[in-house]
Amino acid sequence: MAITDSPKIVTGRLQYADSHTLERYLATGGYDGLRKALTMTPEAVAQEVDAASLLGRGGAGFPAGRKWAMLRKNPVTYLVVNGDESEPATFKDHLLIERDPHQLVEGVLIAAYALQVSQVFIFIRGEFALGLERVQTALNDAYAGGAAGSDIFGSGFSVDVVVHPGAGAYICGEETALLESLEGKRGFPRIKPPFFPAAIGLYGEPTVVNNVETMSNLPWILLNGGAAFAALGEGRSAGTRLFALAGHVNNPGVFELEMVKTTFNDLINAPVLGGGIPHGRDLKAFIPGGVSAPWFGPDQIDLPLGQDEVAGAGSMLGSGSVVVMDDHTCAVRASWRITKFFSRESCGQCTPCREGSGWLEKIMERIETGHGREEDLELLLDACDNIAPGLTWPPQQTTICVLGPSIPSSIGSAIEMFRDEFLVHIKEGGCPYE
Amino acid sequence: MTKASPTGGAAVQGRDAASSSAAPRHLSAGALAAAREIIALYPEPRSALIPLCHLAQSQHGWLTPEAMTDIAGLVGVTPAEVLGTASFYDMLHTEPVGTYVVSLCTNIACLLNGAAELLEHAESSLGVNAGGTTTDGVITLEEAECLADCDRAPCAQVNHRFVGAQTPESFDRLVAELRSGARSEEIPDHGTLTRVRRSVGLQADRAQVAAERAAMAQAQSERAAAKSATAEGGS
Amino acid sequence: MSEQTAPRGPGEEAAVEMISFLLDGREVSAEKGELVIAAAERAGTFIPRFCYHPRMESVGVCRMCLVEVSGPRGASLQPSCFLEVQPGMSVTTDSDKVKKAQDGVLEFLLINHPLDCPVCDKGGECPLQDQTLAYGPGETRFVEEKRHFEKPIPISELVLLDRERCIQCSRCTRFAGEVAGEAMIDFIGRGEGIQVNIFPELPFSSYFSGNTVQICPVGALTAAPYRFAARPWDLDQVESTCTTCAVGCRVAVQSSSNRVTRLLGIDVDPVNQGWLCDKGRFAFDAVNRDERLTEPLVRKEGALVPASWHEALAVAAKGLREAAAAGGAGSIGFVGGARLTNEGAYSWAKLAKGVLGTDSVDAQMGDGLPAEVVVGLPRATIDQTAAADTVIVLSGDLREELPVLFLRLRSAIVDGGLSVVELSPQATSLTPYAKASLRYEPGGATGLAQALVGTVAPSAGSAGAADPKALAEARRLAGAASVVVIAGRPSVAEDGALVAEAVQVLARGLPNARFLPALRRGNVLGALDMGLAPGMLPGRVTLDGGRAWFSHAWGSVPETRGRDTAGILAAAAGDQADGARVRALVVLGADPLTDFPDRRLAERAIDGAEFVVAVASAPGPITERADVVFPAAEAHERPGTTTNIEGRITRLGQKLVPPGQAWADWMIAGELAVHLDADLGFDSVGAVWDEVERLAVSHRGITRAVLDARGAADGVVAPLSASAVTMTRRHALPLDPIAVPGVESVERQGAPLHAGLVESPTAAGVRGGAEEANVTGPARPELLVGPVELDVPHVTPIDRYSLRLVASRTLYDLGAAVSAVPVLAGLVATAPLRVNPHDLDDLGVPPGGTLRVRTATASAVLTALPDASLPRKVVATEFNAPMEEGTVGDLIDIGAPVVVLRMETP
Ligand SMILES: Cc1cc2nc3c(=O)[nH]c(=O)nc-3n(C[C@H](O)[C@H](O)[C@H](O)COP(=O)(O)O)c2cc1C
Ligand code: SF4
Ligand code: FES
Repeated sequence: MAITDSPKIVTGRLQYADSHTLERYLATGGYDGLRKALTMTPEAVAQEVDAASLLGRGGAGFPAGRKWAMLRKNPVTYLVVNGDESEPATFKDHLLIERDPHQLVEGVLIAAYALQVSQVFIFIRGEFALGLERVQTALNDAYAGGAAGSDIFGSGFSVDVVVHPGAGAYICGEETALLESLEGKRGFPRIKPPFFPAAIGLYGEPTVVNNVETMSNLPWILLNGGAAFAALGEGRSAGTRLFALAGHVNNPGVFELEMVKTTFNDLINAPVLGGGIPHGRDLKAFIPGGVSAPWFGPDQIDLPLGQDEVAGAGSMLGSGSVVVMDDHTCAVRASWRITKFFSRESCGQCTPCREGSGWLEKIMERIETGHGREEDLELLLDACDNIAPGLTWPPQQTTICVLGPSIPSSIGSAIEMFRDEFLVHIKEGGCPYE
Repeated sequence: MTKASPTGGAAVQGRDAASSSAAPRHLSAGALAAAREIIALYPEPRSALIPLCHLAQSQHGWLTPEAMTDIAGLVGVTPAEVLGTASFYDMLHTEPVGTYVVSLCTNIACLLNGAAELLEHAESSLGVNAGGTTTDGVITLEEAECLADCDRAPCAQVNHRFVGAQTPESFDRLVAELRSGARSEEIPDHGTLTRVRRSVGLQADRAQVAAERAAMAQAQSERAAAKSATAEGGS
Repeated sequence: MSEQTAPRGPGEEAAVEMISFLLDGREVSAEKGELVIAAAERAGTFIPRFCYHPRMESVGVCRMCLVEVSGPRGASLQPSCFLEVQPGMSVTTDSDKVKKAQDGVLEFLLINHPLDCPVCDKGGECPLQDQTLAYGPGETRFVEEKRHFEKPIPISELVLLDRERCIQCSRCTRFAGEVAGEAMIDFIGRGEGIQVNIFPELPFSSYFSGNTVQICPVGALTAAPYRFAARPWDLDQVESTCTTCAVGCRVAVQSSSNRVTRLLGIDVDPVNQGWLCDKGRFAFDAVNRDERLTEPLVRKEGALVPASWHEALAVAAKGLREAAAAGGAGSIGFVGGARLTNEGAYSWAKLAKGVLGTDSVDAQMGDGLPAEVVVGLPRATIDQTAAADTVIVLSGDLREELPVLFLRLRSAIVDGGLSVVELSPQATSLTPYAKASLRYEPGGATGLAQALVGTVAPSAGSAGAADPKALAEARRLAGAASVVVIAGRPSVAEDGALVAEAVQVLARGLPNARFLPALRRGNVLGALDMGLAPGMLPGRVTLDGGRAWFSHAWGSVPETRGRDTAGILAAAAGDQADGARVRALVVLGADPLTDFPDRRLAERAIDGAEFVVAVASAPGPITERADVVFPAAEAHERPGTTTNIEGRITRLGQKLVPPGQAWADWMIAGELAVHLDADLGFDSVGAVWDEVERLAVSHRGITRAVLDARGAADGVVAPLSASAVTMTRRHALPLDPIAVPGVESVERQGAPLHAGLVESPTAAGVRGGAEEANVTGPARPELLVGPVELDVPHVTPIDRYSLRLVASRTLYDLGAAVSAVPVLAGLVATAPLRVNPHDLDDLGVPPGGTLRVRTATASAVLTALPDASLPRKVVATEFNAPMEEGTVGDLIDIGAPVVVLRMETP
């Protein structure tokens, strides 16, 4: 497969150093999508998005058009934009927020119009200090230019957009935890049902939550039509998508690629993309969609970058982050670090997640530091099984949210793919890679 | 979880608590005015809790008990609820921190690019463990989870400003610059999250915001000028 | 009262819709909307749980209650505490998958839980321990180091927190926030490090803190008084009613070696729903104290010396006879009686009115409302109050006086549609929840009540200090279909008749309203029902109305109406205008020297009385000055019945043997009668009740058999016509070990919870139908109904230098119930003087500064606090609380309609 010459839908402007300014934005067609949307009925705008078959870019991959349609039955009260981006090795929203804030704002305004909401909150991860400043500046500009606030561009449609800073907690990316946080509480995910915040969302009102990248696609879709978007990619995976490539590659970064048309191999090794693994080393494993996803080995490198394709192979495209590990990587250490992440970021509500993550981390640490026992492997797998019964993918859960069942992914993958390595740690009393 | 209550979900107390929700005493007048503006942005005051914590940190660098008590009164919850909420979040500090909080990510992408070694170096060169503050009170070192800057690994932030991939050597230079104040323009003291305020919308007076921004820009350029003057004089 | 406008009772709700679902393969029916965990429990299947509590919102966090639920995509594990039953749903609670999940959760909970069961208060009754045995894995696979926290930290004076043991179920934090409305404990931190804690230096000083100890499923929260006190396997228990205040919360009284060790709230639907206030929970310790009176005392040559019962009774009888001989029956006065059982109160009423012939008998201590008003108004139950559209509160601060009633109201406001209109001279704990809070100056309640019900135009200025907008809103709310008035005493520095008149104005203006008396003393309503009030006879009849009936039954009743406590004390002090004196005083389990508002009058009365008999359980100021002291059994030492504010009659359980020679109160009356050559006719407490049932018209039909019926464990409301005897089903008690953790565990140790009279209901004396037909004699008297004529004092205007005093109640005061219990006594706070900020400014006293208040005859020094809720020229403080100098009791002149004072800088 080749790297297609698809249009750069959300990253087109990034070639300019001043891509975040209003001047550059206006010079590159900025706010035309919104102007066009305002000439259409809200239903027509929503239909355009539905036709685009735009899958949510936050990780769950639920079609944005369908989510909106579910909600449009009852009047939507709030639109909340998820800019919490904290999934390890995911850094695509960071780019969009900092480098093209106007595109985000325009997308948000289009969605607000389609959903006919008058209040939007853009929740941005607190650690993005610059991003917070840039989005607020873009909004200030939008208000000043009549694109936000009352009577947008004379259309009679009014909407208020508030930028809300997060305060550092991964779980607030989970949409119901995000809403709790937005209500001024700890980020405890809400128990389901309801399964979507649609019915009972912010302040108990119907609410749509969408990801930053999802929103950023809207100006292009409005200008070029949903059909044009759907024509890119393949099957359910329509359009382009941002892939954040990190780890052991020569050229880490965010790449906008047409879905399905490109493979992991392209992404990792193509000179214009990842540029291959440094120091001429070999690929040991890669994580295809954020640390919650089960790992892939070199065998799966030719899988196309498509939602269903990756799911079919037993993992997920998730947040679009790809982490590459070369053959000098210690699998125990890598999965220990990921487990430590979950332990630190578990919200603490559910027993299996709170206690299980901490315990797993302690066992992993023991093994990595040479205090492992052979029975620890079965113990690890059994404890994982108690968090996510069956250790199947997608996982079954014993917890309120899916952070819990994400914990076993890395341990399960590491043991399954590199059991020998664990045994070496145990037998030799330490890490062979140190 | 979201239950409608006639009191807006706020904890209400009787006579005895009436005094604790009395006028805030610890936040400065400016911070208080900003706080009221922030509260007005939300349908329910409690939503302003976290922004107000950021605001209070911009005043003190961390969340003092007095500030938490003030926030409780402003948004209509108990001080315990403010503490309970704030302590959930990594960026809200309920203990004092240094002027600069240096966060080093050691999560997977950074780990694969030497983050653990960088952290070890930082600990020994600063003489503190992760979580600790240097004796001069300038730097607090934090081991962070992924900061979403993975293509510049191992990634570092100072007061939530990205400073790019670090090597042990560049880290030591960074620390020296922080200590000397050379980075104080680019990186405000800990607690100042964003320097751009909402200029329009429901509450803000545009003229006032514009004036503030101009004054800020002016003050900034003056400081810069003064600094370069002393730098020139000194060298 | 018409059907439509009657307050909705719980039994009158629309019938619940039933649906059926499959539970472990069998078809089971459930209420629509019911949670699987509750429906399964009703069907006899217990699903283990930690965080679920039937009286709080489900959060589904412990994950112990996971069950397998069939769904479109196969069976999945779901928390049964959050899942509502759906028709046709199939739930499996015992599959391997469920077992594994439960094992897993238990193992996870135990990895960080210390294994210090042998030294843990919860050991032996710990759901974690029990469920580990029942559902858990055999051995631990955890070899790492457990989480460590600093050892127990006090989160209040009464509660200690051991964070190591906490399993993060959030029951305590939900209780504090959701139920008590005082979120002073919360989770701090995140994930594995999450812990319950208080804000630094801001203790969880809630009146309800003890409930968190009761509902904590492990030993993380312990009550300071109970720590290391006993083990469940040493405990025996009985069900009873807390008589610390008049709400009548049902409790399990647990004891070990003839000492009460613990009180636990029982989940009684119509009353306390599992909760208790801390005063009620911990006041039991008074019964254990060493300083109890164990033998009768008689004054000889100026000193009290032990005597035999025979001697003491003879001396008392002689003294009373001499008083009567000198000045007629009216020269004997009886004060107190609210701490007696119903049977005790009836016996003493019969002795006083039927044997001695005096009507100067009053169970209220000058801080209540006239008995005729309380007894005559249509009574509401607590459920009816909570279900009303509007509740008008004209009483003291309910959180201070009747704490669990406050909880019931608060939840009705927050969860339901109850609107509260408050009439009060100052802000109370209900003020933040009230739709309209109307202020009045002491003496102005009637005017405000008139403005509220529209007897006078609200613009006429009669509404005094009330805000016109709030008044308009209040008038609208008072027009609702179902209205309940809570009537009590906002201040003891204001004549009770003034408030009673306002209550009657409401009664006349709102003919469909029902009334819930907010009288605070334990069994005060029972005492009034039993006739311990001037002008009243047992069964809610007046002296005149019941004269023929009781003359026939008792032989005689007093000729004329007697005096109330204020009148009795004034007559003892020699103050009465008519010159008639009270020469002998009988004090029934009360102490005018500390309980009566006008302390100086009480002093003079005790000094002035020639002969004082005290019935008491422990020494106090009054026993020191009595001529005869009878040692009486206390709560938990005597069987019988008690009556709460609703008129609900419940059985008291006897758990302890009274110390030494102390007797039950009814028995003392009976033996004293014998020494007065009379026979009350009782040989057992049950026999007293039989007579009450036979003679008291309000209590007809409430036989021992009815009270002892299994389904009547929640009590019976008198009169029976007021609400049918609802045979209630207790919440889940038999199955759920952690709905009320301590109770079930003690039951399993072989001490089943039981309640009731000691004698069996089939004992002799139970009236049969045949006997009923044979009753001859005068016609049964009529129950007192509706407003009465009151002697309302005239309130004169005050001059511009004077202020009016409000003296309200505080839960922890210097009263006997608190003083006798060290942990509670430590909670008594110095009372400040709350002053309108403008008045404070005028005086130039800074907030927190001290000032002196002065009446014509006394003065006191207090710390001044500004309180903008007070009208101008009104100051407020707490009665019976310590002050910098002096006491409020010295400032109060019971003869004046309101207390007028001046302030000065000391
Ligand atoms: C533990 C967890 C973390 C998540 N983090 C993020 C995040 O950082 N950003 C995001 O957009 N979505 C995140 N999600 C997904 C959101 O819950 C939600 O599905 C998404 O914001 C919806 O937007 P979309 O439909 O546009 O993708 C997370 C989900 C979970 C369970
Ligand atoms: S699974 Fe973990 S993160 Fe999710 S709600 Fe439960 S404890 Fe919180
Ligand atoms: S999750 Fe249901 S009882 Fe805890």
